[in-house]
Amino acid sequence: MFSTAILVFREVLEAALIIGLVAVATREVASRVKWISVGILGGILGAIGIATMADVINNAAAGLGQELLNAMILSAAVLMLGWHNIWMKKHGKELAMHAKQIGQAVSEGQQPMYALTMLVGLAVLREGAEVVLFLYSMFASGTPMAQITSGSVLGLAVGAAFGAGLYFGLLRIPTRYLFRVTSLMLLMLSAGLAAQAAGFLVQANVISVMTTTLWDTSWLISERSIMGNILHALIGYIANPMGIQLIFYIATITIIGGLMWLVEHPISQRLFKPAVVVIVMLLAGAVLVLSPKFHGSSNHVATLQINAN
Amino acid sequence: MKQIVISFSVATVLLLAQASTALAMEEFSLTIKNHQFSPETVTIPANTKVKLIVKNLDPTPEEFESEKLHREKVIQGKSQAVIFVGPLNPGTYPFIGEFHESTAKGQIIVK
Repeated sequence: MFSTAILVFREVLEAALIIGLVAVATREVASRVKWISVGILGGILGAIGIATMADVINNAAAGLGQELLNAMILSAAVLMLGWHNIWMKKHGKELAMHAKQIGQAVSEGQQPMYALTMLVGLAVLREGAEVVLFLYSMFASGTPMAQITSGSVLGLAVGAAFGAGLYFGLLRIPTRYLFRVTSLMLLMLSAGLAAQAAGFLVQANVISVMTTTLWDTSWLISERSIMGNILHALIGYIANPMGIQLIFYIATITIIGGLMWLVEHPISQRLFKPAVVVIVMLLAGAVLVLSPKFHGSSNHVATLQINAN
Repeated sequence: MKQIVISFSVATVLLLAQASTALAMEEFSLTIKNHQFSPETVTIPANTKVKLIVKNLDPTPEEFESEKLHREKVIQGKSQAVIFVGPLNPGTYPFIGEFHESTAKGQIIVK
């Protein structure tokens, strides 16, 4: 029962923390419970769908469908978070002045709630699909139903408790700081998800540059420990990140954070678009310049290795 | 918002364009049976990308997972999966079958 509970807990935890954070970030929205519930329900249905179609997905894209799907889900979540954060910055001043009115506007179906509903759905979908496959695996290998049920209920309950803990913990922060804290946390979350997406792109062999591990702090905080899991879910902690993951992390913070800053401090209408173009060009340039170089050097290493042998 | 979408698309396209062409890659295979890996130790060359073919002979799904290798992949029952590994520095890289962690354990030794 406990091995079932531990695995379910580990998967539920990430989604639960994201839901807790979303619930705090949308506390002004009257209909948030409805929106978040829609996200969770949609995610669960999607998870069952993905688990059912696992064979098809795994055989897609020359056997790399699973990695690519994960990368796509994570990238979509990053986009939703960026969208939300920038929109909120844009309306930050109005929010401070007419909190209620904005709450009204959001509940009437403006995009930010859609964005966070999608985020919740995607988080539940990704973690849920694994839980469904795991529970099926348990069931099919003859584990008694009572054991599976009690294990998953326990794992789910403990995971949800962590999500609730984050929610109530954040609500203790004075209201005037809370908006800043939640948008910073959502920004870190998006960077962490982008780094995870990079990991899946490496696994799918789509990216093969800068895959060297930069450091390893698993002796301090293992990703499999509870603290490691929480940090992984919230700020994208990776005990032994690859170079490309750090690049994705920093690029996400720079792009979304930069756009948030630009929205709040408009340099002037005239300069806004050029500034965005420069950011995009810099990013594209960095990818172009770094890739062949790193390709070259890794080939070089491989050649040296062969010669040495 | 459009700008974000565009910048992400540009990045994706560029990265996809970088996707390595299918080179002749050394292959290593292992099987999962009764929730155990066989062989439990696979030795691969250093600084080289290799192809790991994991055949799951059990009727139930299993998840190949390794924190140190940055890999996690669900392998359906009675099917197989390809996992690219490397290039890596010499060392020992443990992996597990996450769905049956107590029995499904193994390691990749890079020499």
